Amino acid sequence: MIDVDIAGTKVRALNQRLHALPKDTNERAWRVLNPMGAHSIAAGLTQPIEVRVEGHVGYYCAGMNKEATVLVDGHCGWGFGENIMSGLVRVTGNASQAVGASGHGGMVVVDGDAGARCAIGLKGADVMVGGSVGHFSAFMAQAGNLVVLGDAGDNLGDSLYEARLYVRGSVASLGADCVEKKMTPHHLAKLERLLAKAGMNADPKSFRRYGSARKLYNFHADHADAY
Amino acid sequence: MTVDPRNLRPSASFTPQHIAEIHRAADEGIYEIRGFGAKRRMPTFDDLVLLGASVSRYPLEGYRETCGTNVVIGGRFAKKPIELKIPITIAGMSFGALGVNAKEAIGKACTAMGTSSTTGDGGMCEEERQASKLLVYQVLPSRYGLNPDDLRRADAIEVVIGQGAKPGGGGMLLGQKISPRIAKMRALPEGIDQRSASRHPDWTGPDDLTIKIEELREITDWEKPIYVKVGATRTYYDTQLAVKAGADAIVVDGMQGGTGATQDVFIENVGIPTLPALRLAVQALQELDMHRKVQLIISGGIRTGADVAKALAMGADAVSIGTSALIALGCNKPVHVEDYEALGTAPGYCHHCHTGRCPVGVTTQDPKLQERLTADHGARLLRNYLSVMTLELQTMARACGKNHVLNLEPEDLVALTVEAAAMAGVPLAGTNWIPGRGTY
Repeated sequence: MIDVDIAGTKVRALNQRLHALPKDTNERAWRVLNPMGAHSIAAGLTQPIEVRVEGHVGYYCAGMNKEATVLVDGHCGWGFGENIMSGLVRVTGNASQAVGASGHGGMVVVDGDAGARCAIGLKGADVMVGGSVGHFSAFMAQAGNLVVLGDAGDNLGDSLYEARLYVRGSVASLGADCVEKKMTPHHLAKLERLLAKAGMNADPKSFRRYGSARKLYNFHADHADAY
Repeated sequence: MTVDPRNLRPSASFTPQHIAEIHRAADEGIYEIRGFGAKRRMPTFDDLVLLGASVSRYPLEGYRETCGTNVVIGGRFAKKPIELKIPITIAGMSFGALGVNAKEAIGKACTAMGTSSTTGDGGMCEEERQASKLLVYQVLPSRYGLNPDDLRRADAIEVVIGQGAKPGGGGMLLGQKISPRIAKMRALPEGIDQRSASRHPDWTGPDDLTIKIEELREITDWEKPIYVKVGATRTYYDTQLAVKAGADAIVVDGMQGGTGATQDVFIENVGIPTLPALRLAVQALQELDMHRKVQLIISGGIRTGADVAKALAMGADAVSIGTSALIALGCNKPVHVEDYEALGTAPGYCHHCHTGRCPVGVTTQDPKLQERLTADHGARLLRNYLSVMTLELQTMARACGKNHVLNLEPEDLVALTVEAAAMAGVPLAGTNWIPGRGTY
């Protein structure tokens, strides 16, 4: 385990060290101490290493992550794991807005609550939230999965494309073109795998599934009142 | 029975064009979506003229003396700023709006001329990356195809907040242009009318933008110049806020800037022309003592070397062209006229990029139509055009006594109309009057 104390160095120095690691590095376990809300911690990682951050982080922690595992023991600011490509990023506390925004692959896990626009513009990643999510979550989400063990705020899945949304609690309201869909055995199995991968203990049958009605995929004169 | 023409009094409010549009709207129930830029009349660089040398100024020999054209972009923070041999870059146009041959042609022409091309909404097209020595990678609200590998393969990064044709609006790519390859790059179903987001998903406002730019720098180890592109609206404030947010360069796109597909009402009615936008951006930079430190790239309706010369004289460091580059590739050329007619238009009037049926194979994903523009031929055409623009630019600069095009200055300009004088901040020709300044 390699310790880096952010209080004694800068995020730049940390990220530079992590980016410079060769593909076959044996320096695979890192611990970041005293993050104190700094931004862009462990952003742009490309190696299959594990970075454990002990404390709260600011914006864009683990942004554009590839292959790495980033674990934050604390709370995080905006854009946690934004545009993630692969790997796993996890925060034990709460997350602010835009968790996993436009993520293409991999998994983002929030053990607590997530703010507004969670999984916005999702493009294939899986976003798992142990608590509740704020309004406009999965806005314009294109592919991937959003799983919410708590409740969802207003306008869930507004202007949704092909992403799949699973919510165990209540949904304040659905956004434009988002509808509840039948939970099939296929979806139950998929959800079970996602929960297991995230280490979340919940019965897939207790969730409801939401997806796109696909009525707004093409412009049509009679859709004007749908927006 | 014939109608007496004296009885045909047209309405100034309800012109034949307005009446036709109301009929069309009633018939179709949806606003008109089209390509190209604003077609309305507005003050442009045509309304300015350069003051060539005279007794009080000494010209350079037109065909003999060196007149430099190089410009460095991104020296404020980036470890690896880029050097352009000419101050004319190619604007972001998506692979999706444009076919692959057009993108490759642009890349090859830019490499030959020592300038940069720009990706667009839809990610980095491999053919363009291979062809273009200097490629600017756009980070757009949609984030289509955005990935850290391409971010690092880019030579510069452009955070797009808006474009001149539709500041405040998101992109569109109608279903007929969403081919399997385009759909895969954008992670979208084939054949849908794709609506890009108008807001970035993970930041709002200038304070967030500062942090976003820092993240992009962190991911790319502070190597790449980072541009911020705005559509021209509140340009003075946008420029100052972009500087504050840490941009290396600002790209300001005036309302004449083109689009692949946008609502006509948006194109014609939102934003301000390039002329006042440029003056406002320069003023904003000068007040921050950042002029020439943060580079200013202006776009929107640039067509000739004279336009470039006037833009540089007003204070731009470089220009960016989109529509005129497509025209050089063959857009609106009087060939395949029957295909223009099939679209209900004619060469010189076509703005049907959104249909995907481009008669000259530029703005299409149709393999047959794309055969009409090979990458090599397109590159030759665009290279010729860029060469001509550069020669024109140098000619103007030499005539004003400048041994580098960046030495052109506002004192080299006067305006032909009161409106242009006010917008550009240069005197009305034959006077020392700049409307809006002094006690007037």
